[in-house]
Amino acid sequence: MNTAENIAENIEDANMHKIIPFPSSLRIHEDKTLRNNSPVGYRIFKDKLFKCLVIILSILSFLPLLLVLFHITKNGISVINWGFLTELPLPIGEKGGGVFNSIIGSLILIILSSIISIPLGISAGIYLAEKNKGRIANIINLCIVVLQGTPSIVIGIITYIWVVAPLGGFSALSGGIALSIMMLPVIIKSTEETLKLIPYHLKEASLALGVPYYKTILKVILPTGLSGILTGILLSVARITGETAPLLFTAFGNQFLNYNILKPIDSLPYRIFYYAMSPYPEWHTFAWGASFILVMIVLSFNLIARGISAKWKVQF
Amino acid sequence: MTKTDKSERRFTNIIFISGLSIIVLLLAIFSTLLIASIPSIKTFGISFFISKHWDPSLEKFGALPFLYGTLITSIIALFISIPFSIAISIFLGEYFREGFISNFLRSSTEVLAGIPSVIYGLWGLFLLMPITRFIQTSLGTTPYGVGIFTASLILAIMIIPFSASIGREVISLIPADLKEAAYSLGATRFEVIKNIIIPYARSGIIAGILLAFGRAIGETMAVTMLIGNSNFLPKSIFSPANTMASIIANEFAESTGITASSLIYIGLVLFLVTMLVNIAGTYIIKKISLEASKEVT
Repeated sequence: MNTAENIAENIEDANMHKIIPFPSSLRIHEDKTLRNNSPVGYRIFKDKLFKCLVIILSILSFLPLLLVLFHITKNGISVINWGFLTELPLPIGEKGGGVFNSIIGSLILIILSSIISIPLGISAGIYLAEKNKGRIANIINLCIVVLQGTPSIVIGIITYIWVVAPLGGFSALSGGIALSIMMLPVIIKSTEETLKLIPYHLKEASLALGVPYYKTILKVILPTGLSGILTGILLSVARITGETAPLLFTAFGNQFLNYNILKPIDSLPYRIFYYAMSPYPEWHTFAWGASFILVMIVLSFNLIARGISAKWKVQF
Repeated sequence: MTKTDKSERRFTNIIFISGLSIIVLLLAIFSTLLIASIPSIKTFGISFFISKHWDPSLEKFGALPFLYGTLITSIIALFISIPFSIAISIFLGEYFREGFISNFLRSSTEVLAGIPSVIYGLWGLFLLMPITRFIQTSLGTTPYGVGIFTASLILAIMIIPFSASIGREVISLIPADLKEAAYSLGATRFEVIKNIIIPYARSGIIAGILLAFGRAIGETMAVTMLIGNSNFLPKSIFSPANTMASIIANEFAESTGITASSLIYIGLVLFLVTMLVNIAGTYIIKKISLEASKEVT
């Protein structure tokens, strides 16, 4: 071993690391920038012009989003009253009526899908966080990407084949199953990300005290990551509350109040779709009212989730 | 074996099984779609994608109008949304990285992205439709109001927040020393954006557009409400049409036999296409963030 050569190599290595790799895609532009001979005033003008363009385009793209909120509030809030929230829909031509059955239906669907997906999602998330080096974990991650991107209408078809056809009819249960498939990827991902952020020494401390592995996970790691997991659950609930496509041929819709999970059940998004596509102006105003309620529910889920993750953040 | 050992093993088994169940779920989805569409695959084969006749009463099915409808609405929506989403990405990733405006706009895009698609559909039905109808009457075509153009507009509005948030993340990953080097040579901000940021973030922006495309293809409710539900090959961008997702939403509940099988066949294609697009987009983004984390150290 001649040390001189080693040292020289080491120095070279160290220098190599200091150089920031300049992406090959940028090299083409080097020449252009260097040969930029246009007067400074013109370049500054171009700079200002571009900034204006970016700001104008950004504001323009916010406009429709704000308009959606504005119209829903404007058209929706006048429809909302006590009767609208607590009465059942009436046939066309009769005054009054409400969307009580849809609100209850949406609640039942949320509860059903949460019961199915939360335990499964959290334990799959624990698996991914704990065994994240393995090959199976890689495959599961790929599956989650695919599952998250699967169009909701395809999940509707799947649940129709798996649940509706064997049971012989549309049911709240099938709607809950369809929605739970949509919730799963969000819950798994947020559980995994949260648990990975928890410092390793917490786990080591617990294991050093002789606490068994499963108790360490359940009693130390999970409670520490609770806020992150809760945020994930709320975001996934917000996502499914507005889903209509998977309910079209699973929960279907029902103009009467129903608590039986083996019978068709109504939901707010389905009611909005049904009313919006009808030819009656009275029902259109009802669609706006139901939309207002739905947007309020979805936005409050989102805001609560944000509040939890901001306020309840565990400090390490 | 002690009691603790038993519980230990049970716990490990439970988390392993629930992890595995995700793989099983996806395989089951794929095989169910495949098996249920076999009658249609056998009857129509590859001509399913070439034939333009969709006639449930004659039991003749060809998916060309829907493939065409899906592609054309998604592509128009992408072209409308690209300048806007790149502008927001630059706005939030470069001009206003921190501070009140940035925080407010960022969280409001994220919250607004959560508005259900059925509500965008309702909004489009009562506000975009009259606008399209006005354009159509002034152009002298039949004023349907609904059709490819209206559906593309609502799709564009819906995917802007999505691709913008990916673009912003990619732009904020660019190492500061690259930009500073350009500034020190006397480049203006526009020149930095044009010569450093856009080339550097190019693959990330493309990945964001790809993921937005995947979302646009699978988007169901808003499109179903606005595309006009017509099973013929559309003649212009104003004519009513159907996408793959909207034909399923419209007809699956009442269909049986070969009709249902053909609709499931369309669902299978939809599933495979979105799968490919999503895997490709996610792969590119993962690669970029890995490279970025290497360059920082």
